[in-house]
Amino acid sequence: MDHLIFPTNENELAYESRRDFLKQSTMLTALVLTPAAILKAGENDENIASALEKLPLTLEVNGITHKLAVEPRVTLLDLLREQLHLTGTKKGCDHGQCGACTVHVNGARINSCLTLAIMQNGQKITTIEGLARGEQLHPMQEAFIKHDGFQCGYCTPGQIMSAVACINEGHANNRDEVREFMSGNICRCGAYPNIVDAILEVKQGGKKI
Amino acid sequence: MIQFEYVKPSTQKAAVNAVAKNANAQFIAGGTNLVDLMKRGVTAPQKLVDINGLPLKEIKKTPGHLYIGALALNSVVAGNNLVLQHQPLLAQALASGASPQLRNMATVGGNIMQRTRCSYFYDTVLPCNKREPGTGCSAIEGYNRMHAIFGSSLSCIAVHPSDMCVALATLEAVVMVSGPGGDRRIPFADFHRLPGETPHIDNNLQKGELIVAIEIPDNNLAKNIHYLKVRDRASYAFALVSVAAALQINNGTIEKARLAMGGVAHKPWRLFEAEKMLVGKEATMEHFKAAATLAMTGAKAFEHNTFKLKMAPNSIMEALRVAAGLEV
Repeated sequence: MDHLIFPTNENELAYESRRDFLKQSTMLTALVLTPAAILKAGENDENIASALEKLPLTLEVNGITHKLAVEPRVTLLDLLREQLHLTGTKKGCDHGQCGACTVHVNGARINSCLTLAIMQNGQKITTIEGLARGEQLHPMQEAFIKHDGFQCGYCTPGQIMSAVACINEGHANNRDEVREFMSGNICRCGAYPNIVDAILEVKQGGKKI
Repeated sequence: MIQFEYVKPSTQKAAVNAVAKNANAQFIAGGTNLVDLMKRGVTAPQKLVDINGLPLKEIKKTPGHLYIGALALNSVVAGNNLVLQHQPLLAQALASGASPQLRNMATVGGNIMQRTRCSYFYDTVLPCNKREPGTGCSAIEGYNRMHAIFGSSLSCIAVHPSDMCVALATLEAVVMVSGPGGDRRIPFADFHRLPGETPHIDNNLQKGELIVAIEIPDNNLAKNIHYLKVRDRASYAFALVSVAAALQINNGTIEKARLAMGGVAHKPWRLFEAEKMLVGKEATMEHFKAAATLAMTGAKAFEHNTFKLKMAPNSIMEALRVAAGLEV
């Protein structure tokens, strides 16, 4: 059980996970900050109302259609993690340099940290949570386990999403090509040789993925 | 990220009007550079005009040209059969840029419009004339390993980061734009600017003008070409120096030469004098060395990038060697 730090409603908080607690803290911070942000916006922007407006957004994520409302500044990555609670997609650098946030949009891999969610209105998104079929892991997930394609695991969802796309694009024909076309995914633990092994095995297995 | 208004017009005219009428509005296409700049507070548009609803993705062969729509993705252009057949140098340059994920997002128009990757431009704490005119240049006396050796000024020594644009300069592409005052065509060499005293202006587009396509004239430069990119790691890094080389060779004699460098100036750096010198000469390493030496005329390095004074001519020679198909 989590220890309570603040003397607050114990019954409500007692069973909260650490993640939910952090989320609440973040919301409190946002409430404190918002008036100042509005004041600042007001100095430059007479259209405060339109600037703070949430826009309707429809996304199909892992086969499920979501009707949402987002501020235009919300990235696809933050929408997936914060609103849809799909935390498998990781926030690494948040600047398109590490690949941890890689997802598929209509089958093509992109960095979800560098696209605004609203720009993906109507698209089909696949995240790491959408690869397995029930308890049956995706062949790429199995290959990463078999070949020890990770150590800490933080880059792994992005690596696997990129790896699946790499094969589907036809860019996994040999070791050098895999290395070149996986260069958008950084692994600080240095599991690269095993990641390449995993991808080549799935490619050579010839299954449709 | 500071809040902003978002609109997605369905016509080119509405998109152009939306940006032309609002001093703080910007177009957004792939977003790979702009979203990053907004997150870091380098730029804060009041309004984003998403142009992804416009029909600007087409790639087609027209009489005398290859036409590529401004919204064609970098990955799509790099793998397009017409591009590979008629302008493979462009495909090579695109494939060497960014990562597969970014190439799936980045567009041709956005690639042309991307801003410098000078770390001082991104660091909002330090002075930068490009970000905040009049504050000074932190790079001149700072860590300037990635910076310019040609065409810099006392105001700015940043470089243009694109690979694609180096190939487009070599291939003498034309940028087709549409604005509040009508349509116009801008030769690639005249599109980007040198910094001078106004480094905050990257290019010669007018307010509200939108890139709708590029056209590459037929050039007979599909055979003896090479894009060489020298960087700190084998992939997914910006160029220290890059060279786009295209030759037309007949019986060992160079009939046409086109050369440009990346990573060395505020714009793709055409090597006009070296090109002229090579015409009529035999394709030999001796002549390539003379061309590379000539191309370095006027180069000026800073504290941490003197290595580029050697790397650049060596890269020119190597790109020409591979383009000409000469053995080492």
